[in-house]
Amino acid sequence: MTGPDTRPALTETLGSPRRRDRGRGPLTAFGFLLPALILFVVLVLGPVLLSVYFSFYKWNGLGGLPQNFIGFDNFTRLWNSDIFQGDLRHGGLLLLLSLCVQLPFSLVIAVLLNQKIRGRAFYRLLFFIPYILSEAVTGVLFTLILEPESGLANQLLKSVGLPEWSWLSDPSSVLISLFLVISWKYFGFHTILYLAGLQGIPKELQEAARIDGAGNWEVFRHVTLPLLAPTIRISVFLSVIGSIQLFDLVYIMTGGGPAHSSETMAVTMVDYGVRRTQVGYSSAISVVMFLISLAFALGYQRFVMRRDLEGATTTTGNLR
Amino acid sequence: MKALRRLPIHVVILIAALFVLLPFLYGLLGAFKDNAQLSTNPLGLPSPWVPSNFTDVFSAGNFWRQLLNSTYIAIVTTVLLVALSALAAFAFARLSFRGREFYYVLFTIGLMFPFTVAVLPLFVLLRTVGLLDNPLGVILPQVAYGLPITIIILRAFFRAIPREVEEAATIDGCTAYGFFWRVLLPMARPALATVSVLGVVASWNNFLLPLLIFTDPNQMTLPLGVQQFQGLYASDYAKILAYVTCSMVPALLFFTVAERQLISGLTAGATKG
Repeated sequence: MTGPDTRPALTETLGSPRRRDRGRGPLTAFGFLLPALILFVVLVLGPVLLSVYFSFYKWNGLGGLPQNFIGFDNFTRLWNSDIFQGDLRHGGLLLLLSLCVQLPFSLVIAVLLNQKIRGRAFYRLLFFIPYILSEAVTGVLFTLILEPESGLANQLLKSVGLPEWSWLSDPSSVLISLFLVISWKYFGFHTILYLAGLQGIPKELQEAARIDGAGNWEVFRHVTLPLLAPTIRISVFLSVIGSIQLFDLVYIMTGGGPAHSSETMAVTMVDYGVRRTQVGYSSAISVVMFLISLAFALGYQRFVMRRDLEGATTTTGNLR
Repeated sequence: MKALRRLPIHVVILIAALFVLLPFLYGLLGAFKDNAQLSTNPLGLPSPWVPSNFTDVFSAGNFWRQLLNSTYIAIVTTVLLVALSALAAFAFARLSFRGREFYYVLFTIGLMFPFTVAVLPLFVLLRTVGLLDNPLGVILPQVAYGLPITIIILRAFFRAIPREVEEAATIDGCTAYGFFWRVLLPMARPALATVSVLGVVASWNNFLLPLLIFTDPNQMTLPLGVQQFQGLYASDYAKILAYVTCSMVPALLFFTVAERQLISGLTAGATKG
């Protein structure tokens, strides 16, 4: 080809009536989009708007549309509910533990696995496997393991001469136990993320720092960690969103008990919405969950992730 | 001496490996024990090996039925999800029309809130239109919720295909649809594989939606089946472990086949920037 490329780009010829553009008009474009758009609006945006609408009514969810408008009563009731305040505390505690214990642990493992050690491919795979299991299978398996009488956990403690523990059966230990199970299932996922991030860091930078006399810790602190920051930000984001919607594991292992001591927002929502058929009240819980996620997502992307590329989120964290 | 210096690394990793491995071993070995063995000898090899837990699971429960349901729902979800997303991603990546950015942002907003927040009105909605105890009641919402991330991944991939390819196709007389179907999709096979694997895993592991939609044990998927089975055989631990083990196997098999796509899909977004 000689001379400058003067052919019009496709995007510039759109809407042109010329015959060779047949099948590229705006209508066609919209046709490609339409099926996805309809499904998305009806089943994703619609329900969110519906829950806002329902949340202003006292309604059992049956028979046509809700009639009994009660303003913000569901929200004030929610605000004053001990169960809901507990939900927020439990979610907050689990999140705090995840951020302060689970993620650093994942990072340590990732850094160790990033070195040339024997069997690292095997370990990487092994640590990732719990992530691909469903939370349901994980929950049932650990219910048996943590069973106080004959479960594996207490048998192991006994065999090494330690006192047995109450695990899921006591309000004081249930959240820690849940956290251990959550970590078992998810730390490998974060390790894989960090490993991918670590492998994206050019070795030359670390070598240069070493030549300048930096020790292992200094290289990690001043070279590796800053370069890994975008990955860490994503991993924190996924952890927070995961904590807000935590349901399966809790529902299966404890049902929120004993005495609501491990209940989360999602468990309360399903309990009221389905079992007690208080759809209005339950919708208020969805709305609050939605507002919390939205505020977090917007704030986080605005203030924390703004330097990272747009679209760099993988919310398939829990694959839901 | 280098080996000695590395010893702590190996110790830490070995402890983590034990932490991960023990529950699997307990489940797998426990499934071959009876309940007496399970409480006196939780981690040792079964003696004797008791296969009856498995035969009970296969004959008494709805295991096969639920395996089939899970498979069917995962496949239909993924096919629909990838088809609709590919069409939409093509429009976003290669065509121009009024409101393109608006619609794209609309989809990305879907990423911001978790599925859980909409599940209750969704349940009310599906009950109103009579989709309870119907696989479609799970499939359609799963597709809808998978759209944002799938569209984002595919759009990025479609955009990366050079314009020259499209121009060549146009000169050869391809319509937009022809280019999409005969040129773009075949070129995008790796990306399609990645999003398909993500879709299958998401569908396979979904619990909350099937929990609300299915009341008929014959319709239930495996995660729900496991939970129901535990409720039925509350004290028969060995049998529950057999069920748990059986329902892990398909996921693990799938993982051995699709490990590469799964990991690349999950880490793709997170390492940019």
